Parts: sequence; C-alpha cells; structure tokens
Amino acid sequence: MKALREFVDKQKPHFEKGGRFEKLHSTFDAFETFLFVPNKVTTSGAHIRDAIDMKRTMIIVVLALIPPLLFGIWNVGYQHFLSHGMTPDFWPMIGFGLLKVLPIIIVSYVTGLAIEFAFAQARGHEVNEGFLVSGMLIPLVMPPDVPLWMVAVATAFAVIIGKEVFGGTGMNILNPALTARAFLFFAYPSEMSGDSVWIAEKADAFSGATPLGQLLVLDTDKLPTDWSMFLGTIPGSIGETSTIAILLGAIVLVATGIGSFRIMASVVAGGLVMGLLFNLWGANEYMNIPAYQHLIMGGFAFGTVYMATDPVSASQTNRGKLFYGFLIGFIAVLIRVFNPAYPEGMMLAILLMNVFAPLIDHYVIQSNVKKRLKRAKAVAA
Amino acid sequence: MSTDKQEREPLFSAKNRKLLTNPLNIDNPITVQVLGICSALAVTAKIKPAFVMALSVIVVTTFANLIISVMRNGIPPRIRIIVQLVVIASLVILVDQVLKAFVYDVSKQLSVFVGLIITNCIIMGRLEAFAMGNKPWPSILDGVGNGLGYGIILIIVGFVRELFGSGTIWGYHVIPEAFYDFGYKNNGFMILPPMALIIVGIIIWIQRSRNPELIEEN
Repeated sequence: MKALREFVDKQKPHFEKGGRFEKLHSTFDAFETFLFVPNKVTTSGAHIRDAIDMKRTMIIVVLALIPPLLFGIWNVGYQHFLSHGMTPDFWPMIGFGLLKVLPIIIVSYVTGLAIEFAFAQARGHEVNEGFLVSGMLIPLVMPPDVPLWMVAVATAFAVIIGKEVFGGTGMNILNPALTARAFLFFAYPSEMSGDSVWIAEKADAFSGATPLGQLLVLDTDKLPTDWSMFLGTIPGSIGETSTIAILLGAIVLVATGIGSFRIMASVVAGGLVMGLLFNLWGANEYMNIPAYQHLIMGGFAFGTVYMATDPVSASQTNRGKLFYGFLIGFIAVLIRVFNPAYPEGMMLAILLMNVFAPLIDHYVIQSNVKKRLKRAKAVAA
Repeated sequence: MSTDKQEREPLFSAKNRKLLTNPLNIDNPITVQVLGICSALAVTAKIKPAFVMALSVIVVTTFANLIISVMRNGIPPRIRIIVQLVVIASLVILVDQVLKAFVYDVSKQLSVFVGLIITNCIIMGRLEAFAMGNKPWPSILDGVGNGLGYGIILIIVGFVRELFGSGTIWGYHVIPEAFYDFGYKNNGFMILPPMALIIVGIIIWIQRSRNPELIEEN
C-alpha cells in the first residue's frame, strides 16, 4: 500500500499545472482518488463533512449488485444447459455463464468509461464515478444473447445523450442504464424481445419465453411456479430473474442508507394496488394475474431496488419519493396489463417518472410553503 | 424616400450576402430560432421526402417574401395577417398541385405536411419580421436564405436517419451486405420521430459549442 502511495505521489507533479502531462490531469485525478481517499477538504462556507464521498457511495451500490450478478452468471449457464436437456455440475454452468456475461460487462465498462474520460478531459472536470454503477447495471438488464456491438452502441448513447449532454454525473434527468436498455428496445426490437434471446445459445426446440413473454401469448398454464420465479431459475435478462438475490442487494442498500427505503416500499405498494385493482376488475386474463406475481416477474424487483432509487433521477423530497415510487409501480403494472406487447412496463414506467420527478418535488415544496405561510398568518392574526 | 440620390446598392453587397448566409448558420430557423420543428421531425425518415419538403419551403418562403414585400405599403396593418395567410396559402396550394402532378409518390409520403407548410412558423415569421419592412430584393434573399437554412437541417437529419435507420441513401443501399452478415442491424429507433428530435438536438449542441455567442446565459 505504502509503495503504491509513494509511486502515485512521485507521478503527481507531472500532472499538476506546468507538468508534462498537465492536459491529462482529470485522468490522473480519477485514478488517484480511485485508489486513495482524497485528502482535499472544502475550505470555505458551511459544509457537512462526511467520510463517505461519491466513490464510496457508488462502490456500495456495486457491492449490492454482486448477488444478482453472481446469480445471473449461474443462471445463464443453467438455462443454456437446461434448454439442451443437460444437467451438468455447478462449475461448467458458471464457466459458460462467465463466458457470456464477462464480455458484456467489459464492453459496457470500456465504452462508457472511455466516453466519460474523454468528456471530463475536454471539459477539464474531474472524472465522476457514476458510471461505475451504470456500467454494471447495463449488462444486468441485457438479454444474455445480446450482440456485443449493440451493448457498445447503447452504452455510448446512454452516456452521451442520457448524461453528458446534460452536464455529466448528477445532472442527468434519466437513469443512464435504463436509457441504454430503452434505446436497444426501440432500435433493435428483435434482439430485445421475443422468445429466442433470453437463453444464450439455446436449443431450437426449447421455448425460451420469459414469464412476461408467455403472458403475451396467453400461455398462463406454462408459467413457471411462483417459487422458481422468486428464486430466479427462469429465462430473462442477466441480472433480473432472481428476486431473492435482488432482495439481498436491497438489504445492503437500505442498511447503508444509500438506497431509499421509501421509494422501494412505495413502488411495491403501487404495483400491488394496481394489480389488486385489476384483479377486482378481472375483465381478461392479463387482469387476473395475481397481484403478487407482478412483483416477481420480469424486471419489477430489479427496477424497484436498483433503478427507481437512483438518487439523481428520483424525487428528492421525502413526500415526493412516496408519490414517485407509487406511480412507478402503478404505471408499470398498468403498461404490462394494457399493452402486453411492451412486456417491460417497468423500464418505461421508471423513465416516465424520472421525467416527472422534478415536477413532483416542485409541488411538494410549494405545498409545504403554502402550509407554513398559512401557519404564519394564523400566528400573526 | 427618394432612391435617386442614394448610391445604388450592389445586388450582392455584404449586407445582402448576410441575408443569405446568416440563416445557414448563426440565425438558422430550426437550430437557433427553433421554428418549424414539427415538419422537421415528420418528413426526415428518408432523404427524398426531406429534400422535396426543403425545396417546397424554399419556393414558398421566397415567393411569399417577394409578394408581401411588393404589397407591403398597400396592406392595411390591421388585416396584414389575413393578407399574409392568403398569399402563403395560395403558394402552398400551387406547390402541392405541382408535387402531385410530377412526383406523386413523394407527395403521398409527405401527405398533410405540404399543406401544413401554411402553418410553418418560419414563413409567417419572415413575412412579419422582414418582408413587411424591406424592399423586394433583400426580401427574396431573406426568403431563399431561410428556406435553405431550414432545408439544410432537414437534409442532414434525413441523411443520418436514412443511413442508420434503413441502410440506404436516396433509396440506394449503401451499407454493404457483408456488414449484415456480421450481425449488423438497421436501427429501428432512427425511423421513429423521437430520434429526429435527438438528432436535431445534437446538431444544436455541436453548433453552440462551435459558436459560443449562441449560448444563452442562464
């Protein structure tokens, strides 16, 4: 550790003002702060000082993403061999999964970070860590068979159009990872939906539809059991199948206070309320799906825990978070039931509410202002 | 106003040239004034309709500017909007008929958007802002310039969308088959109007970072 610190300190003058590589200061700064907690402190104004900075925050989110990632790697292998009618041991499945998932992760990180560094360099900013999380989220919401160049194009689109045009990390109005997924969903629908993309190199005879896909063709009797949907041994995007792994991540996020519990709880509440309303109505088969099944199917759980809670694009006020979350769950189930051709209602619901989050905050703040003015008047009178 | 005493201005004086070139860059109707966006989104999925649309708008802006400029001293100010609309509407109907007669298939693709040139804010804006107060020749230049400024954006957007969305340019395949064999696919998002908006946005972004004087303070 000490040798590394010394090495970094030795290189530092080259990147300071007047040094040989002055132009690459942002890049150097990014690596230095990645290795060591920076010793810079704010000198003016009143600031809350805390040991946790953005890098540590992001790293915790990445840690929380590990359970769905590991499960996803195993499941990619499991589904592949299952479709071929084989049941190999644990390790070959992991091996096959790694072979499929690792390239996607690498492509996502390399493309995204290259663009981030280029922009930070051109603008003379520090390199922000936001992409450490987005770069991991993007592979987890991809189907295992997605072509790598599509991952690269979608990542580039998400980072440039979803984030950099607005000014970089912290300024984006949409969740970058979902922007990438939505881009692919509309640009290359044949690679992002249907029966054939959810299992890597699947055998032709095997139906590879996700539970939501089976609903579309009304194969409700072929739906996997609740238990396997909860456990995650079903075809789907790499990281979203296992509700239980996602719950583990949720515990980490809530315990460290990084993910908002209010948002998660209200998304679940919104989904349940809408599901129950449809159950009462019960006009067709989609409406009769038990409300709780919506929570374990498709990307609902993943979106609830990792996407809706994105601190940048979510509502900021506590009361706003409740409305924001509730509407996400509500709209996600609404889209699923009314338009089964768009199976991933969760993605569209979160993106839509991302756009409305500032408006919700505005009304929450205004109502608070009004209430306090009223109280002030009452006291004065 | 006696023009005899004044020195006659050359046809393409620096001031007149500006009328022609400003709308192409720092005074572009789409990217700077943000007018005429709807048609820019609607007709740019392919280059051919974008080109025909651009041509139609150039014709309409030029002649509308000319006619209004000639009549400007005789139009009672109170009813000037109605007069302008009558002029624009007549020109648009003419253009529409010509398109139907000579390029029927493109006219079909453009459908209502030719008729909607009447409501294109660029034309009305130029009549109000320029033709009502300037002589015929500068008005013509202004009309051509703004039409070109509109058209050039339409064609850029149409080029990008057709190339990546359909793999063609002007209907000819330009992306080699070998690409498709390697797994390349046309981008379906390019065909959808939201992507046109994003491309226009990117053009605005590039233009403003090259011309810092265009960046608004906030």
